Amino acid sequence: MKLTNIIEQTDAIDRRAAFGQLGRTLGKAATVAMPLAAFFTPGRARAQASGDTIIDVLNFALTLEYLEAEYYAMGLDSNGLLTGDMRETVALIGAHENAHVEFLRTAISGSGGTPVEKPTFDFTAGGTFPNIFSDAPTFMAVAQAFEDTGVRAYKGQAGNLMGNGDVLTAALQIHSVEARHASMIRRMRDSKGWITNAMNTTGADAANAVYAGEDQVSQLGLDVTTVSQVARAQITEAFDEPLEKQAVLDIASLFIEA
Amino acid sequence: MKTPHANSRVVADRSPHSRRNFLRKSGMGIAAASLFLAGCADDDDPIMMDNTVNLGSGDLGVLNYAFALEQLEAAFYATVLQGGYFSGANADEQQVMRDLADHERAHVDFLFAAISSVGSAIPALEVDFSSIDFDSRDSVLGTAQAFEDLGVSAYNGAGRLISDPNHLVVAGKIVSVEARHAAAIRTLNSGGNPTAFANSEVVDSNGLDLSRTPAQVLAIAGNYVVTPIDASGLPQ
Repeated sequence: MKLTNIIEQTDAIDRRAAFGQLGRTLGKAATVAMPLAAFFTPGRARAQASGDTIIDVLNFALTLEYLEAEYYAMGLDSNGLLTGDMRETVALIGAHENAHVEFLRTAISGSGGTPVEKPTFDFTAGGTFPNIFSDAPTFMAVAQAFEDTGVRAYKGQAGNLMGNGDVLTAALQIHSVEARHASMIRRMRDSKGWITNAMNTTGADAANAVYAGEDQVSQLGLDVTTVSQVARAQITEAFDEPLEKQAVLDIASLFIEA
Repeated sequence: MKTPHANSRVVADRSPHSRRNFLRKSGMGIAAASLFLAGCADDDDPIMMDNTVNLGSGDLGVLNYAFALEQLEAAFYATVLQGGYFSGANADEQQVMRDLADHERAHVDFLFAAISSVGSAIPALEVDFSSIDFDSRDSVLGTAQAFEDLGVSAYNGAGRLISDPNHLVVAGKIVSVEARHAAAIRTLNSGGNPTAFANSEVVDSNGLDLSRTPAQVLAIAGNYVVTPIDASGLPQ
């Protein structure tokens, strides 16, 4: 898939060498506010939980942020699609996604890494959503799927960022913003802000993969239903589940032009 | 009417100022011996040192730190469900409050079991909700918002203190749910304002949510937690 190819292009660079420059160059490269100045401290370059480097992870995140940022920008540009309170909400979310794109690009390039290029998106998903930019309910349903996917994607990469506390913290700070977005969009659509079992409340079967495995009740090898009187459905709501990189790419690839 | 349901028995003879000050010091990680001296100097509260809770060290300490915050939230929502605001709230708000009470209870039950399986979980903390009016929508939602935003910032700040990737992922599973709560509560508390869920009070110009150190978090939580907490063993 094309998206996978884009991600894999970054394998061409000498990542270990690039990472060595992180702390030295990022401060100068940063044009955004304070947190970036403290973003990188020299540390273990190799991510811990997989073969991906920290730059790989940031590029993976960047790809998802490109997708979200362009989606909201196109929605806001679509005449009459988003009005009133809905427009205000989407405008704030879009501004956050743009900020995430800039933050990640600055972090990657400031390190000597190469930010992946923005893919060409097809938000109709090959015709699955022909009214994506003319029908607000469809637009918001897909937005919900993107945000819930984003939460799972960042969570799935946390272990790969343990080598650098500043990067990990920033990723967690993005992760919880995505969760705020997800909750808001879900509630605007009359769903609960949290995910019950593995329920896909978008109304689109294409989004089933976004919720697969969210009905997990085993945490750290412990079946939470055996240690809590709380009902099983609420226990599943109380824990958001991560998604592995490939599962996220499979979802995102539906919206990338082949 | 204020606090018909709050546990206020432990605060009658205690100075909130000394308690906050004490927690602030403990959160800053000063040594246990110094804490003891600080406590002894506090003549109006001789029993304070007897129930000081030490979170411990390493991942276990971080999990106990999370357990402490979840205890606070769970106690709060359990009390909300007994109050006048809840009984008069509309169906959506009642559902939200019931869900949040369940989620925080599930977090407490899970963390207690998980910590106990490998070490010592801290005991039940005493809380003081006398500043909250559980019959008042504004008071309940305002406090809920503060607790949820605090929880998000606490987990965001604690992630880097964790050594075991499995523990980190579990913390991640919880923090995003706290963020979902925060967004919902902020919307309710603002009367449906379309940007309150993630406005500039909690998200900065880089699109990053709040992050707080344990010292910062415990200083705020100390407004509601009576039991002194010694966080000096947490990873730095």
